[in-house]
Amino acid sequence: MAKVTFNEERCKGCELCTLVCPVKIVIMHKKFNKRGFNPAGVSDMSKCIACAACARICPDVVISVEK
Amino acid sequence: MKQRVLMKGNEAIAEAAIRAGCRFFFGYPITPQNELPEYMSRRLPEVGGTFVQAESEVSAINMVYGAAGAGARVMTSSSSPGISLKQEGISYMAGAQLPAVIVNIVRGGPGLGSIQPGQGDYFQSVKGGGHGDYRLVVLAPANLQEAVDLVTEAFDIADLYRNPVLILGDGLLGQMMEPVEFRQSTPRELPAKDWATTGLRNHNGHKNVINSLVLHAIDLEAHNIHLQEKYALIKVAEQKAELLHCDDAELVVVAYGSTARIVKTAIAQLRDQGHRVGLLRPISLWPFPEDAFAKVMPVAKNFLCVEMSAGQMVEDVKLVVNGARPVHFYGRMGGIVPTPNEIATQVLQIMGVK
Amino acid sequence: MVKVFDCPKSLTDMPTHYCPGCTHGIIHRLIAEVIDELGIADKTVGVAPVGCAVLAYNYFVCDMQEAAHGRAPAVATGIKRVVPDGVVFTYQGDGDLASIGCAEIVHAAARGELITTVFVNNGIYGMTGGQMAPTTLPGDKTSTSPYGRDTKKQGFPIRVSEMLATLDGPAYIARVSVHNVANIVKAKRAIKKAFEYQIAGKGFTLVEVLSTCPTNWGLTPKESLEKVQRDMMPYFPLGDYKDIEAGEKK
Repeated sequence: MAKVTFNEERCKGCELCTLVCPVKIVIMHKKFNKRGFNPAGVSDMSKCIACAACARICPDVVISVEK
Repeated sequence: MKQRVLMKGNEAIAEAAIRAGCRFFFGYPITPQNELPEYMSRRLPEVGGTFVQAESEVSAINMVYGAAGAGARVMTSSSSPGISLKQEGISYMAGAQLPAVIVNIVRGGPGLGSIQPGQGDYFQSVKGGGHGDYRLVVLAPANLQEAVDLVTEAFDIADLYRNPVLILGDGLLGQMMEPVEFRQSTPRELPAKDWATTGLRNHNGHKNVINSLVLHAIDLEAHNIHLQEKYALIKVAEQKAELLHCDDAELVVVAYGSTARIVKTAIAQLRDQGHRVGLLRPISLWPFPEDAFAKVMPVAKNFLCVEMSAGQMVEDVKLVVNGARPVHFYGRMGGIVPTPNEIATQVLQIMGVK
Repeated sequence: MVKVFDCPKSLTDMPTHYCPGCTHGIIHRLIAEVIDELGIADKTVGVAPVGCAVLAYNYFVCDMQEAAHGRAPAVATGIKRVVPDGVVFTYQGDGDLASIGCAEIVHAAARGELITTVFVNNGIYGMTGGQMAPTTLPGDKTSTSPYGRDTKKQGFPIRVSEMLATLDGPAYIARVSVHNVANIVKAKRAIKKAFEYQIAGKGFTLVEVLSTCPTNWGLTPKESLEKVQRDMMPYFPLGDYKDIEAGEKK
């Protein structure tokens, strides 16, 4: 089982992570973080394969990945 | 055992720096200071030091910035146009509080000017040729022994106050030869350079940053206030001047560097003729030697400022004298060196002697 | 559970000031990952430029110096000469390196200074609001080439990697990109090789990283990555332009 953690307060809502997820589970939340961005997150953690593509393309080290 | 050696000014200055522990020099060719980098390129490797000829004076001063930021005793030298190119870097060093010694062997200006001696860089040196409120300690030797002694002391002053120090020479001093002796400067209590960027391992993991960027106005003002407090300390502690025959002098000539030597000859002639003339010779151009003026004011009736320029230090003399006495000026430009007679004639005119 | 991917230790935890989607952040992380992997944080000194990365000294845990615009290679030269057993890198943008600092980078490379330069090429002056840079592509509109860069009047972009690769001082010169994950992995490999060559004393090293500027390009972060591939890469081909270990390419 893989787990992705989003430090939502660091996210700037750039959406790059949503482009690279091979299993298409990275989405943008509707809510806002403290800086007024819609933070990214994961829709279905169970599908995550811990490839860390999202984490690699994130410019703001929002994402950490465990397996 | 006093060991005097006949040396050319540029080389004597370089040797003094090496003996003061300078192990890094970044320079660029420009007449009339070329012998200084040349000497450094020969001598520094002999003492395990590093000489780099940079691609420009702009690069050279920024190499100095990096090396000083890494805690080294470092020097650069140039001549007027090259020093103009270094002004931005010098302002950065003042802002980042980096110690270094900068030598300007001044030549005729403005522009490409000439390669003969001049003193037209006074304003640039003492008023700040770069941007922002900063000062350099500016020391002006009048002979090679003094140049050697001042360079030796300059490294201590730079480290003590974490500020660049400028040695203001000229083409005469750089090119002439005189016997000099290399002696220790009176030791000063110097702070450790625990701020230097030598890598976390060298300062127990505490991160050091050398920087002059302070984006928030409140913080930049606080930083500037700190710099001004530092300059106030320097003003009290580092004034240097020579007074010659001033005890009874009704006319005091004010001159620095090579010009002051010529004034001394003129004064000797005038003294022989019974005229009460003295010399006030600023050695520190910044901090300007106001204390020395205070000593001569009670007796002096007139001041004559003599410079190899259109008149720059004369403005500071006027500021200090503040209207209490007339301040006259005599200067030669273009690299012409005034003669003792020219100066004596001026003195006599002012004193109303036919 | 085991951490597969986490923030490198050599990055401070300060959030960056970069615009959303700007790839500066990725490049910072790659450098920090390399510093972690080589275990050199305690002997590295970074030199930040003037440009968007002017605040880079806040983002790396190692000692840093802030250089005047264009002068980072000179500052780095001074540092490395004083701390020869340290690791020194400069982080510079295209205005900083290829415009005002062109002499500095050419001569640092020609001298074979044992420093590593990470050259971020996004074809624009970001911090000052989107002016034309030496690497702005022909036809591209910027705040100082509002009609599109006209090569007849504003000249042609400079291919820095190819230019520096003609010199004998460099040991490794590569151009990489971070416009997708595969290239991010390659970019990190190149940056790591550059640092390794420095540590081994092989010569000057530089990695040019094609990067984005969503704000001043007027594009979304996604569109910006596409622009790198579509427009920049044809003009700035990726590859190793000099590698004294593998012989020169081209």
